[in-house]
Amino acid sequence: MEVLAVLIPVSLFLGFLGLGAFIWSLRKGMYDDPDGDSQRILDPRYDDKPKPVAPEDEAR
Amino acid sequence: MSYAAARPSACPACDAAPAAEALAARAPLPGARLLISVPAVHCAGCISSIERDLAQMEGVNSARLNLTLKRLSVDARAGIAAQDVIARLDRLGYEAHEMDAGTLSMTETEKQGRDLLMRVGVSGFAMMNVMLLSVAVWAGAEGATRDLFHLISALIAIPTVAFAGQPFFRNAWRALRAGRMDMDGPISFAILLTLFISLYESLLSGEHAYFEAVVMLIFFLLVGRYLDFRARAVARSAAQELAALEVPRATRLRDGAEATVAVADLAVGDVVLVRPGGRVPVDGVVVAGQSEIDRALLTGETLPVFAAEGHVVSAGEVNLTGPLQVRVTAAGKDSSLHQMADLVANAESARLRYTTIAERAAAAYAPTIPIVSLAAFVIWYWISGGDLRLSMNIAVASLIITCPCALGLAVPAVVTSASGKLFRKGLLIKDGTALERLAEVDTVIFDKTGTLTLGTPAPTNLDQHGAEVLAVALALSEGSSHPLAQALARALRDRGLAPAVLDRVSEVAGYGIEAQWQGAQVRLGRAAWVGATPRSVTAAYLAIGAQTHAFTFADQLRPGAAEVVAALQAQGKAVKLMSGDVPAAVGDLAARLGIADWQAEALPQDKAAAITALHDAGHKVLMVGDGLNDTVALSVAHVSISPASALDAARAASDMVLLGRELSPVADALRLSKTAMQRIRENLWQSGIYNIIFVPIALFGFATPLWAAFVMSISSITVTLNALRLK
Repeated sequence: MEVLAVLIPVSLFLGFLGLGAFIWSLRKGMYDDPDGDSQRILDPRYDDKPKPVAPEDEAR
Repeated sequence: MSYAAARPSACPACDAAPAAEALAARAPLPGARLLISVPAVHCAGCISSIERDLAQMEGVNSARLNLTLKRLSVDARAGIAAQDVIARLDRLGYEAHEMDAGTLSMTETEKQGRDLLMRVGVSGFAMMNVMLLSVAVWAGAEGATRDLFHLISALIAIPTVAFAGQPFFRNAWRALRAGRMDMDGPISFAILLTLFISLYESLLSGEHAYFEAVVMLIFFLLVGRYLDFRARAVARSAAQELAALEVPRATRLRDGAEATVAVADLAVGDVVLVRPGGRVPVDGVVVAGQSEIDRALLTGETLPVFAAEGHVVSAGEVNLTGPLQVRVTAAGKDSSLHQMADLVANAESARLRYTTIAERAAAAYAPTIPIVSLAAFVIWYWISGGDLRLSMNIAVASLIITCPCALGLAVPAVVTSASGKLFRKGLLIKDGTALERLAEVDTVIFDKTGTLTLGTPAPTNLDQHGAEVLAVALALSEGSSHPLAQALARALRDRGLAPAVLDRVSEVAGYGIEAQWQGAQVRLGRAAWVGATPRSVTAAYLAIGAQTHAFTFADQLRPGAAEVVAALQAQGKAVKLMSGDVPAAVGDLAARLGIADWQAEALPQDKAAAITALHDAGHKVLMVGDGLNDTVALSVAHVSISPASALDAARAASDMVLLGRELSPVADALRLSKTAMQRIRENLWQSGIYNIIFVPIALFGFATPLWAAFVMSISSITVTLNALRLK
């Protein structure tokens, strides 16, 4: 049963990690345009290098 | 998104000022963010061509297209007005309209949606973690281990409930203060009581704690709320869109000098100048100038109307060919456009009073929850001879089992599934209650121009003219912005013809266009002006020297129109046609489609009055229309549909939007709405039956947290699966 002392914190940590990732993605506006994002993968503009980040995008 | 954050810094006064003034001050704003609605975008090609093109535009820092909302947000430097971007989009082939972030307050809905999604996410993660611990307890953890697991569950569940349960608590509190009883009251009561008793039990090393049931209940209910919210969020208020259509600025003439003023500052008796291509800002009388006025938006007339001294013009009409001076008879709040916006606002608030089947079910079901658990408590208190803890436990178990997890999903799941089906057929449902209202419809009223027809005239007798005549007609028509001339030019260019070479081309406002060709005078325009005998059908006349030619036009039928009318009549619906156009055109179309009941020259108020009269007679009306003249009718009708080519305000006023050119999804929608209602009723019965089976189990004291979790998830899943069965 000593293993619980490790497993419970680990499972809680993983849970919070997932929650943190969800909150981060929501704040970044990744659910704002699901239709557009699914179409944007077909856009060849940024295939060779990532899109330069606009300053205002960084701010939010 | 950062519109809200970007605006105050750019224009601190705008946020404080009322909408009209803010609109007026906005165009010359330094470094503003422009919001533009682009309804036609649908694919990756649209995104990249628009964004790529705007990135090259002078003064544009960045542009991003949101495909879900079909909205373009442009970050531009000073001096760039929305009109410049719209003109550029027009050249790319995309119809676009300016939106006003302040007037439409869309950032507010966006924030609400994100807020709700955040709560769904938090309760979802909490549910998974608590369930992990609960499974260990159900598998047989005992003593100190079980207590530890319960306490850790409590540690996760309590903050989760405090955060994710807020929408329920807030609604319940509001209802309580107003003395009403809705679903959120019993839900909040159940959540808080269960949480409290579970915590108490865990501290006393009790056997049962319902933390996972509480969190699961919140999660499923929030999913239902979010689906419901998504269905509603697309619908923005039509009245606000109408206000946004008003021209914020006008050119006032005073003592021969021009001055640009806000429309709000105009007084009755002022004279304003309306340039060709501009929208008339006020209701008024023409005092000087000659032009043609496009009234299609206000009246549904296909053809522009001649306007000269003494003619009356209304706000919202578009001046086509020559400059006009207009003396103001009504501005701002009194203008016809504003009055229409008021009518729409009234109709919309009346529609909000519609009670859905979900609301009726909730109202009937809400009181049973506290009654059942109170009964359980009293009976067990009596049976056990005063065992408070036992009777409280049983009361909580029956409380959590009666809680309407599946009821919260029963309707939104079906609506979401039906919306998805219809979206693939080409119909966007904007209002969550629209399907339900559609299922009740027995009368369908169509508008003519732009709805049953495409609203664009096409020449019908090109083959009767010689190549030389056509070349001259092409050259002349390319110089005009008149709709008939443009239709003629488009058709001739599609034939691969080359325009003739003309000299001294000039447009005569209100009459047509003239030029010199091989020494002869050529004219394209009105019959009297070119010297031709007018025909009974819509036509443009060409004169080459003394010889005249007539080009006749007909409005094209929208694909699927005839089939839809036939299908609706086969379904037993009464089909009517109401248009603002002239009787000849309307009667002709009605005869072609087999509609016996039609009315021509109907004013916007007439359409709305006819629908109200039908409603009073006990009929439920579906209105299908596209123009500003239909907006009031669309919002008065029991349910309404408009094509994607319709004006923003008309689309906002209607419950559903046809995405393609085809009209056939209308018949599909009526059929599917019936099936959807069937599924909704099945779902409501299903969740009721679960209660009939499991409430006695809880009342007899056999219910455990495992049972509660099992019932809750099974009923939610079966309800969702039943919704997906929809064909």
